[in-house]
Amino acid sequence: MYDVIIIGAGVIGAATARELSRFRLRTAVLEAKADVAMGSSGANSAIVHAGYDATPGTAMARTNVAGNRLYDTWREELNIPFTRNGSLVLAFSEEDMDTLEELHRQGVQNGVEGQRILSGEEARGMEPALSEDIIGALYEPMGGITSPYQVTVALMENAAHNGVDVYLEHPVTEIKKEENAFIIQTPLGDFHTKLIVNCAGVQADSIARMAGDDSFSIIPRRGEYCLYDKREGEDVAHTLFQPPGKMGKGILVTPTVDGNLLTGPTARDIEDKDDTATTDIGIGEVLIKSAMSVPGLNRRGVIRTFAGLRAQASTGDFILGESKAVPGLIHGAGICSPGLSAAPAIGRELAAEVCRLLPCADKPDFDPVREAIPNFRESDWETREKLIREDPRYGRIVCRCESVTEAEIAAALHRPLPARTLDAIKRRTRAGMGRCQGGFCTPRIMEIIERELHIPILEQTKKGGLSKIVTGRIKGGQFHD
Amino acid sequence: MKLTCIVCPRGCEMEVEKKNGQWTVTGNECKRGETYALQEARNPLRILTTSLPVTGGDYEMVSVKTAQPIPKGMISEALKVLRDKTLAAPIEMGQTIVPDIAGTGVDLVATRQVQSLDI
Amino acid sequence: MIKEVDIAVIGGGPAGLAAALAAREAGVEDILILERETHLGGILNQCIHNGFGLHRFNEELTGPEYAYRFAEKVKDAGIPYLTEAMVLSITGDKMIYAIHPQEGLMHIRAGAIILAMGCRERPRGAILIPGERPSGVYTAGMAQKLTNMQGYMPGREIVILGSGDIGLIMARRLTWEGADVKMVCEIMPYSSGLARNVHQCLHDYDIPLRLSHTVTAIHGRERLEAVTVSEVDKNLKPIPGTEEVVPCDCLLLSVGLIPENELSHEIGIEMDPVTGGALVDEGRQTSVPGVFACGNVLHVHDLVDYVSEEAEIAARSAAAYSKGKKEGKKAVPVSPGKGVRYVLPQRVAGTEPTELYFRSRDVYRGGRVEVLAADTVIKSRKVIKLAPGEMERIRLSENDLKAIHEAGGAEVRWVAEEETK
Repeated sequence: MYDVIIIGAGVIGAATARELSRFRLRTAVLEAKADVAMGSSGANSAIVHAGYDATPGTAMARTNVAGNRLYDTWREELNIPFTRNGSLVLAFSEEDMDTLEELHRQGVQNGVEGQRILSGEEARGMEPALSEDIIGALYEPMGGITSPYQVTVALMENAAHNGVDVYLEHPVTEIKKEENAFIIQTPLGDFHTKLIVNCAGVQADSIARMAGDDSFSIIPRRGEYCLYDKREGEDVAHTLFQPPGKMGKGILVTPTVDGNLLTGPTARDIEDKDDTATTDIGIGEVLIKSAMSVPGLNRRGVIRTFAGLRAQASTGDFILGESKAVPGLIHGAGICSPGLSAAPAIGRELAAEVCRLLPCADKPDFDPVREAIPNFRESDWETREKLIREDPRYGRIVCRCESVTEAEIAAALHRPLPARTLDAIKRRTRAGMGRCQGGFCTPRIMEIIERELHIPILEQTKKGGLSKIVTGRIKGGQFHD
Repeated sequence: MKLTCIVCPRGCEMEVEKKNGQWTVTGNECKRGETYALQEARNPLRILTTSLPVTGGDYEMVSVKTAQPIPKGMISEALKVLRDKTLAAPIEMGQTIVPDIAGTGVDLVATRQVQSLDI
Repeated sequence: MIKEVDIAVIGGGPAGLAAALAAREAGVEDILILERETHLGGILNQCIHNGFGLHRFNEELTGPEYAYRFAEKVKDAGIPYLTEAMVLSITGDKMIYAIHPQEGLMHIRAGAIILAMGCRERPRGAILIPGERPSGVYTAGMAQKLTNMQGYMPGREIVILGSGDIGLIMARRLTWEGADVKMVCEIMPYSSGLARNVHQCLHDYDIPLRLSHTVTAIHGRERLEAVTVSEVDKNLKPIPGTEEVVPCDCLLLSVGLIPENELSHEIGIEMDPVTGGALVDEGRQTSVPGVFACGNVLHVHDLVDYVSEEAEIAARSAAAYSKGKKEGKKAVPVSPGKGVRYVLPQRVAGTEPTELYFRSRDVYRGGRVEVLAADTVIKSRKVIKLAPGEMERIRLSENDLKAIHEAGGAEVRWVAEEETK
């Protein structure tokens, strides 16, 4: 019997799990897919917004501004990559300038600090690659960039380290309410819990309905992205937004915290909650619109396109707190943008909600610190030399594009949170994220997984389920004339 | 049969026919093309190259080839012989893996040196 | 560990091996080959098909056999080499930073450097194929490594995009292993592979070659389930209404090779945006004195025989440089003209006879290839057929080069039949 079960291992579920691991509660996380951050948290803009874009008085605004401020603590404690590179909202017309004024006002109301409106010249002074068509910009120094899946992994590792049970590949099929508990059914067994925290992303409404709460629905909004080589990443320093519209913040151009350049997303409401395909039209839209902000973008620099879904709640705001219909069911639902930015604050609020309903005694040995695997690429030559001397596997590069060594991949396979797929390794080490997109390293990574976890190459998958990499062994000759 | 000559870059479009027991080649600009066309029509030959699993070696697989071209129609027979065949290290470059494979009179030989891994 | 070496060769594939041997032959003792794999041989180790060495050895060897000949000579000559050594950085003053599991971090100060790092394959993301991102979408070279080095099948029902030789060879390889290769799509109206491979890999097995076709969508959430194939117009744009969904569990991409020049960018070498490699003179010296380049890292080759020759040219120059002979001559540019996509070397400094390598922009039949120096045709050759997928060479004599120097440069072009009248 658990005290709390969190459904969903995205950044919200992970943040909540980590907050709850401060207390002496029996806590578990159930995740349908083969790894954390495989839903929205693995495919988004990776921005930690300042908070001027959220409507004052909403949960979005409240948690965004608070969450942004907490990222510095997360960086220190969890050793996640996070940089406040600052953002510019660009204006191409007088109408856009009015929008900037409005955003400025809204920001002040929301408690955002440091914003100011720049002229086109000042903006280009700060960001030489900007289009000549830009007549002004709203500059906000508190805006930042991070790695959403690295954050999720770090949070969940810390939660696991502090005693949270994490169950991957456990999709929830039914929820039954008993006297003072829930029975959550999965194909791999039933779980009993006093409270449920619903962090199920685009499936949050299905989970709610299973438990007896049909007060909201989730509309998945798909966004497509183009990711550029690190060479293009050197051209832009700030996160560049176009003026926001009805469907969201518009197409942005931003360096990533790893040095690539990211452009996107589009915004299209879809029906199929599993549809993360990119489209010809969507990619085209990203290429055309991003060129409005930075005309010099070279299409040949694109190394990857991808798409992610945002969970839009029918209520128009985040749904945070205990369900009115079902006591003991706590929602962390409808977390679309600025969800990543708000995550530290949402995690705290949902944990506080748990503590309102259950006695939460502090865990005296709670360890807030999560050490990262020593990163070869980011280390200086002296550190690199030391790493190799201590572990010769740091002297073997596996992913040539991102300089990821065998030691890091082996380490990633033995962390408190299981990692068994190629994509899980990719998320934790960046192996496969470079310009050759895994062409060089994939065979090697599979050998390492086989050796370290004894999973035969024949069974290894890209992302769990049916995504095996190979279909069989070479047997010498199977050809039929 | 129609075929494009691959002997030189000209790439003549040739036609080979058998009339009254006699082979004729048309469309070629030179003798080499004629020879090639006749060979392809009468008895097309191919070198088979493949790889086989090895145990105990510094490579997982050893690459092999037929030492000479064999009749194209015998390739599937030759491959059948190799089904589920595993070899053990060490293997020398050029070592005969299967002599007279599928009765073609041609040996299958190793094209990679595989050294033993002393564990 | 800090080391000094006269000539450092970055890469122990066909280019690096031939270069090291030629440098030794030219009298340089102190050479070091740095190779990142566990064995010498480079990409040839996984190219188990035959067709290598026809020009050089008058034999048809498989890739591993060709590599073996050079690797054995390197070992017999006692030329130092280090496998599992990855060069991570080279500075403008020829200081190499490499890592190795046992040697740790190595600082190597080289008198001269020969770049021979080869190339990588263009991935799906770079050609922006829309759709899902399932397993089963691989570059042909990676699939080749899976089958020939590790012994696994990448799929059972295969579609191949790109009719370059790697794609064609894999079509046959996988067919021989019992896979069903449904088709090879090629976006251009002609195949970029050798005619012999189209014949022996596709025609032999009735594998359709769909020219002017490309893959426009990928289907399947976890594992590949199908691809959409469309015909393209003369601007290479998909023609609406020609879409065909082809069920398959593996898509192999053979859509271009990119010279692996990360280290070259770091040194600050001037690059040629068309070849993707360095700008060099006929000795294969780059814009940084003492740094030479050869093989696929300089420009993507079709024949490994030419790679070996080019490596020998680079090595002889590197050896001369290493012995103190530094060219002071002013180099003049050699440019691609009409019908020619690129010429290499892009400049010539001396007057010793040399070969110009070039590729045509399109498939041409008949006509002539001409070398011009200040509007005068100094060299001309009749053309039977030119194709972008087949690198050509034209030899310049001492007189040709003198004329080029006098004119301040040269141009290589193709002229059609009528124009020569």
